[in-house]
Amino acid sequence: MEAFLHQIFSGLANGGIYASVALALVMIYQSTHHINFAQGEMAMFSTFIAWWMMQAGMPYWVAFFLTIAISFAGGLIIQRTILKPVEKAPVLTNVIVFIGLLVIFNSVAGWVFDHTIKPFPTPFPKGSFIESRYFSAHEVGTVLVMLCVLAVLFSFLRFTPIGLAMRAAAQNPESARLVGIRVSWMLGIGWGLAAAIGAVAGMMVAPIVFLDPNMMSGILLYGFAAALLGGIDNPWGAVIGGFIVGVLENLLGAYVIGTELKLSVALVLIVTTLTLKPNGLFGKAVVTRV
Amino acid sequence: MKRKFLAVALAGLTAALVGGPATAQKKYDPGATDKEIKIGGISPYSGPASAYGAIGKAIDAYFKKINAEGGINGRQIKFISLDDGYNPARTVEQARKLVEQEEVLLLFNTLGTPPNSAIHKYMNQKKVPQLFVATGATLWGDPKNFPWTMGWQPNYQAEGKNYALHILENKPNAKIGILMQNDDYGRDYLKGFLDGLGDKAKTMIVKQVTYEVTDPTVDSQMVELKGSGADTFFNITTPKFAAQAIKKAAEIGWKPTHYLNSVSNAAGTVMVAAGAEAGIGVISAFYLKDPTDPQWGNSKEYKDWLAFMQKYHPQGDLKDNFNVFGYSVAQTLEQVLKQAGDNLTRENIMKQAASLDFSPPMLLPGVNVKTAADDFFPIEREQLARWDGKTWVLFGKVIGR
Amino acid sequence: MNSTIDRKWMWIGGLVLLVVLLVLPFLVKNFRVFQFNMVMIYAIAVLGLNILTGYNGQISLGHGAFYAIGAYVAAILMTHGGWPYWATLPLAALVCFGFGYLMGFPALRLGGHYLALATFALALAVPQLLKYKAIESWTGGVMGLVLNKPEPPIEFSMFGQPLSQDRWLYYVILSVMLLMFLIAWRLLRGRVGRALVAIRDHPIAAAAMGINLPVFKSLTFGVSAAFTGVAGALGAVAVAFVSPDSFTVFLSITFLVGVVVGGLASIHGAIFGAIFIQYVPHVAEEVSKSAPWAIYGIFLIVLMYVMPTGAAGLIDRVIGRFRRPASVNSSGQSATAAAPVSSHPAGGKL
Repeated sequence: MEAFLHQIFSGLANGGIYASVALALVMIYQSTHHINFAQGEMAMFSTFIAWWMMQAGMPYWVAFFLTIAISFAGGLIIQRTILKPVEKAPVLTNVIVFIGLLVIFNSVAGWVFDHTIKPFPTPFPKGSFIESRYFSAHEVGTVLVMLCVLAVLFSFLRFTPIGLAMRAAAQNPESARLVGIRVSWMLGIGWGLAAAIGAVAGMMVAPIVFLDPNMMSGILLYGFAAALLGGIDNPWGAVIGGFIVGVLENLLGAYVIGTELKLSVALVLIVTTLTLKPNGLFGKAVVTRV
Repeated sequence: MKRKFLAVALAGLTAALVGGPATAQKKYDPGATDKEIKIGGISPYSGPASAYGAIGKAIDAYFKKINAEGGINGRQIKFISLDDGYNPARTVEQARKLVEQEEVLLLFNTLGTPPNSAIHKYMNQKKVPQLFVATGATLWGDPKNFPWTMGWQPNYQAEGKNYALHILENKPNAKIGILMQNDDYGRDYLKGFLDGLGDKAKTMIVKQVTYEVTDPTVDSQMVELKGSGADTFFNITTPKFAAQAIKKAAEIGWKPTHYLNSVSNAAGTVMVAAGAEAGIGVISAFYLKDPTDPQWGNSKEYKDWLAFMQKYHPQGDLKDNFNVFGYSVAQTLEQVLKQAGDNLTRENIMKQAASLDFSPPMLLPGVNVKTAADDFFPIEREQLARWDGKTWVLFGKVIGR
Repeated sequence: MNSTIDRKWMWIGGLVLLVVLLVLPFLVKNFRVFQFNMVMIYAIAVLGLNILTGYNGQISLGHGAFYAIGAYVAAILMTHGGWPYWATLPLAALVCFGFGYLMGFPALRLGGHYLALATFALALAVPQLLKYKAIESWTGGVMGLVLNKPEPPIEFSMFGQPLSQDRWLYYVILSVMLLMFLIAWRLLRGRVGRALVAIRDHPIAAAAMGINLPVFKSLTFGVSAAFTGVAGALGAVAVAFVSPDSFTVFLSITFLVGVVVGGLASIHGAIFGAIFIQYVPHVAEEVSKSAPWAIYGIFLIVLMYVMPTGAAGLIDRVIGRFRRPASVNSSGQSATAAAPVSSHPAGGKL
């Protein structure tokens, strides 16, 4: 029983990580209707920036918030400069640009910061929260941070004028333009927010998995699966999807199929779920006029 | 007439026998000239194994040092190191590029078992040395079938066996849990370990779990191992996952007798990263001196290595023992080339590689590099050490041939 | 008048090209021939993916899986069954067709990004499955399988260079490639091609017109997988080694890059795509030793700015500009004939 509980909690902790990446993916999707394959690498790069600042002597929380600000600006700039020329191009063209960004971030991170693993400090050391044998303080902290981010995001989108403008721009760009919303800038803000969320995800993940250029590649897939499982246009779905994927992966590995095949089986299950519910568990079915 | 002919023939033969070594003409195969020796290398500078690219960079720096100090027997080393991203199909292409287009004399320290397996047959067919490959798989020590391939580091099976024997000797009723990377490296260690345990393997091993190198964490596996009731742990993971495993074990309050494989025992990048206290009691095997170990800090050998790093490889991490690995294996090649002298044919290179008997300075005392025509395993000795929270403390004797 | 002269030049050009292709292996070193072989193999794989993604609009991030399956089918038959390499090709095609067809079922329900995830999942699952202990005796597990490269059946020399293994393989692969391209051409220029594009651009209208969507979509997946599977089998023979590490997710992404760079919904685009994915990493390595993939990424992004419709799209536009005065009748030129089956998937929608 204890082992079972342990696996569940461990799964929830991992799930928190997947949920944060999924949230960033959903964020970009909601504003641009594209899935950003470079999300993981951008998050990793932000984490390296935070690490570098801390190496230079900055205290944790200063570096944390500064990184978020820098990542926001970075995301915005990338959208305005690199993605703007292909805004109107077919989807696959955009996908290739994302792939290009992915390899660039990965390669530059390896070049500037090298490939040896680095420990990354946690703001929630032992004893700062309720913790037990089942989960560390950091894991609790991660989930709490992520819920905070979700709450902030939700309120921003729901209750602020800019949030409203962003949602309008995503749903119906033409009409949004007609009422005076600067759609292109909304896209940019969407990217900035996603980059910032990604940075938070990266900084929460790094203490557990250790920082290196390949840190996020394994996580990105699970984040992708979580986002789609929950419904690509639903932030709450992304979070719940993340937890489900985390727990599922752990339980499958421990009790059902063994660690050698757990990745394959987890993916089969996710695909099967999608086949039964093609818009994800909580997504909205999109109905178009013919 | 006949007698004159015979006399001349006899004189000629004598001259050849006596004069041969004395005249020592220069003999070259493609890649070697009076002025330079071209050496090829293939490393994963990108992709999932990119951390190991550090070895290639250290080797490159060492060759720069050799060149700055006049080269080997007056020849400069030109080291062409290409990236294969740990993808064997790319390794094949890069190997062919190095051998057929760049025309290197030999391939040096290619990294990884699948990449080396992919080019194993090709190198032996082409009769180009595949020297001092950077993997501990046992396949490389087979001079009868593959006379052009040689490993360098202690092979994984032998090391796994050593751990098994240590367990049998010290804790014969142990309940063993194993975590292994799901690839050739993991399987090789496991095989040696199982061979060492023999019949008792079935009763002693209570849990065996794997992970993929693409997995984010091994936390779930560690929880599973604790749940199995194991009190001894054989940890076959690469550095990143080793650090995670040690950290998690401490977090969940699992304190088994912990055997860690030698690929991941770097004090700086693994033990301290995991939390120096977390790893107290972990046992591992060593053949290289760990650069963060204070017991070597004042030795001449360490100071030489440090000077090398500071002058020729300033961006290299001083805590990373891959830089000691690269330094030592490059010195081994240096020794081979020195021994070859002016006879830089590939055949002679292999011959010299099979006649080594020396101790590179950053190897542990008592561990040496020794080869023979039927012994293609250069380093076979290791010594066990225990982590005490600050450093690795060697104990016992040096094991191995 | 114009058209007959053009026709003549077409034939002469084609003939010259054929002669060059036939003589090429003897003009260059073996290593270059090996690289040409890989280009042709990738061209077949990219063509396969293009049939699915370019013409039919079903995005697949998992074609590396079919390449892997084809490669392993060939490897297992050659190693355990003693089959000759050429006999493994049809079986690889068949097995991959089967798997592709099966993939068609979830693909029917999943659109756009969801299908991308499903295929991505396939690409990730295959290497893990290949390592599975239970089938290790067949697949060689993590160690993979070492194959014997086929020997040329005849002795031959030209320009002083012998017919080596690589050169012999070149001709084999060239013939297979021309055959596959011919099959694709026949399929896609006719009713089937139009049906595929109709499904891509207006699925509801297509169904209303009587095109059987489920059957077509699954068959397309199957055919696409078969093409890539054949490429995989040839790849296994050319490299003479298979292991799970050769078939990571990055391979699938690379094929997609090849499709887009070469040109969506274009048969000859596959060749440009293949040339890109084979050579640009090397060029990038020459440019920068420390961050070659960053250069590769920059190449990708710049190419997408300069030619968003791929190399084939660019070439077609250039040819179109030259042909403008003459072309009232489309005498079978690919530039104008490709127009109805254009490479512009409905903007923004997948």
